[in-house]
Amino acid sequence: MAATRSTPPSPLHVPASPTFRAAEASVGRVLVLSIPWTWLILLLLLPTAIVLKIALSQPADGVPPYAPLLHWTAGVPHLRATWDNFALILTDPLYRGAFLHSLRVAGLSTLICLLIGYPMALAIARAPERRRNPLLLALMLPFWTGFLMRINAWIGLLQDNGWINIALGFCHLPPLRLLYSDTAMYIGIVYTYVPFMVLPLYARLTRLDTALLDAASDLGAPPWRVFLSVTLPLSLPGIWAGALLVFIPAVGEYVIPELLGGPQAQLIGRVLWNEFFQNRDWPTASALACMLLLLLLILPLVAWAAGSAVLRAARARGAGGRAIAAARQALP
Amino acid sequence: MTGRRPLIACLIAGYAFLYAPIAFLVTLSFNASSLVTAWAGFSTRWYVTLAHDRTLIDAAMLSLRIAASSATLALIVGTLAGYALARFGSFRARTAFAAAVAAPLVLPEVITGLSLLLLFVASEQAIGWPAQRGATTVTLAHASVSVAYVAVVVRARLADAGTTFEEAAADLYAPPWRSFLLITLPLLAPALVSGWLLSFTLSLDDVVVASFTSGPGASTLPMVVFSSLRLGPTPELYALATVIVALVTLLLLAAGVAQRRRPVK
Repeated sequence: MAATRSTPPSPLHVPASPTFRAAEASVGRVLVLSIPWTWLILLLLLPTAIVLKIALSQPADGVPPYAPLLHWTAGVPHLRATWDNFALILTDPLYRGAFLHSLRVAGLSTLICLLIGYPMALAIARAPERRRNPLLLALMLPFWTGFLMRINAWIGLLQDNGWINIALGFCHLPPLRLLYSDTAMYIGIVYTYVPFMVLPLYARLTRLDTALLDAASDLGAPPWRVFLSVTLPLSLPGIWAGALLVFIPAVGEYVIPELLGGPQAQLIGRVLWNEFFQNRDWPTASALACMLLLLLLILPLVAWAAGSAVLRAARARGAGGRAIAAARQALP
Repeated sequence: MTGRRPLIACLIAGYAFLYAPIAFLVTLSFNASSLVTAWAGFSTRWYVTLAHDRTLIDAAMLSLRIAASSATLALIVGTLAGYALARFGSFRARTAFAAAVAAPLVLPEVITGLSLLLLFVASEQAIGWPAQRGATTVTLAHASVSVAYVAVVVRARLADAGTTFEEAAADLYAPPWRSFLLITLPLLAPALVSGWLLSFTLSLDDVVVASFTSGPGASTLPMVVFSSLRLGPTPELYALATVIVALVTLLLLAAGVAQRRRPVK
C-alpha cells in the first residue's frame, strides 16, 4: 500500500485517500452552501425581520412613514416597541372580519377545488398510459396563458350584459348579477387553482397499488366501498398537498377579489394592500403580514391534529381497519 | 372497471371549464365591436391596435427582460441549494436551510412583496442602494421566489438520478468540481431547463410582487394589464391573450416534436 501512495497510482485500482477527499469536499461544501445561505439571509430572513420590526413601530408622518424603533436620547438607546398595531388588528372588526372572511373563502375554494379536481385526477390516473401526458399538458396549458388574461376572460363572461347572461336570456331565464359578487370571486379562485389540486392528487393516485383495489372488489366490496375504504384513504397525502397548494395562495389572494369580487370582498390580502398603498400605514400593513404568517404556520398543525383525531376515532370504531392504518402512516 | 363513464364525464366537464374562457378570449379578439359583449362581425382591428400600442409593447419587453434575468439568477442560486440538499447528506443547520429554501413556496405573494419592498427601502436608507426601485429590484424579488422552485426541481432530479456516476467519477480521482461539471450538470440538464422555464413563467405572470417592488417608470406587462383591467376588459387585451396562447401552443408543439425526434438509445 505504501508503494502505491508514493508513486502515481493507477486510478482504476486504488481508491483515493478518504481524509484528503473529505477535507477537499468540506471546503467545497462551505463554498457551495455560502452562496444560497447569503442569498436566503439577505432576501428572506432579513426582510422578514424588517417586517416584524416595522410591525412593532409606531406610525409617523414622514418618509418612510414609521418612527424608528431605537430612539437615541443623550447617547442612550431606548427601545420604543409597541404592540398597538397587533392590538388594533385583534380588536378592530374590520381586520378580524377580513381574517375570518379570507379563511372562509380559502377553505370553501379548497373544498370546491377538491370536489372538481379529485374526479379529474382519478380519471387521468386511470386513463391509458399514452393519454396521460397529453392530458396533464392540457391541464397546465391555461396556466401558461397568463393569470390576468384568464381573469380578463371571466370579466367578459360574467358581466351584467356578458355572455353567461346572454345565454340565460336565450333560455328565457332572468339575468344574474354575477360580476363583483362572491360567486365571481369563487369562480376566479377555483378556476385559477384547480390544476394545483389535480397535479399532486394525480401523482399520488398513479402510484396507488391496483392490486389493493382488485382485492377489495374480489372480496365483494361494491365500487363506492372500494373508493371510500381503499382509494380515498390512500390518496390522503395527495389531498393534503393539493389543499395546501390551493389554500395558502387563496388566503393571501389580492388580484381576484379586487377584479372579480365586489367592494364587500375584503380579504386579508386586499386589506393589507390598501393599508399599504392607499393609507400608507406601513406598521399596520406589516402587522397584518405577521399575523397572516403566524396563521399559516399554525393552521397546518391544527389541520394535522384534527385529521389524526378523526382517524383515531374511526379506528376506535374499527371501520376499515387496515386502510385507515395505512392512511395514518401516510399522514405528513 | 365499473364507474368509468362518470369519471370521463367529470374529466370532460373539467376541461370544458378550463378551456371555455380561453375559447371566449380567442373568439372575441376577432370581434369588430369595441364592446366585449356584442358580436359585430369578424375583424383583425384589435391586432393592429395592439401592434401600435407602445405602452403595452414596452411593458412586454421589460417583462421579458426581467423574466429572463430573474430566471437565470434563480437558476444559479437554486441549483446550488438543490445540489446541497440532495448531495451533502447532513450538514450544520440542514433543517433550517431546507425550510428557508422552500419557504417562498408557501408564502402568500402579498407578504413576499411587502417584505422585499421594506428591505429595499431599508437598504436604500442604510447604504444608498438601490437608489431607485425598478427593473433591478423586481428582478431580485422574482428571483427570490423562483429560487425555491428551481431548488425543488433540481433536488428531485438528483434524488432520482442516484449517485452511481458521481461515485464512479470520484473513484477515478475526479475532484468534486470536475465531477460536478462533467457528471452532475449533464444529468441535471432537463431539470435546469424546466426550472428556468418555470421561473421565467412565474416572473411573466406576477403582478403582486412586481407592484410592491417596482418604482415609477418601470411597469411590467402584468402591471399595465392589471391597471387597465380595473377599468374593464377591452378587446385589445383579448388580442394580446390570443397572441400569448398561440405562442405557448407553438412552443409546446415544438418541444413535443423535438422530444419525439430524439433518438432512443
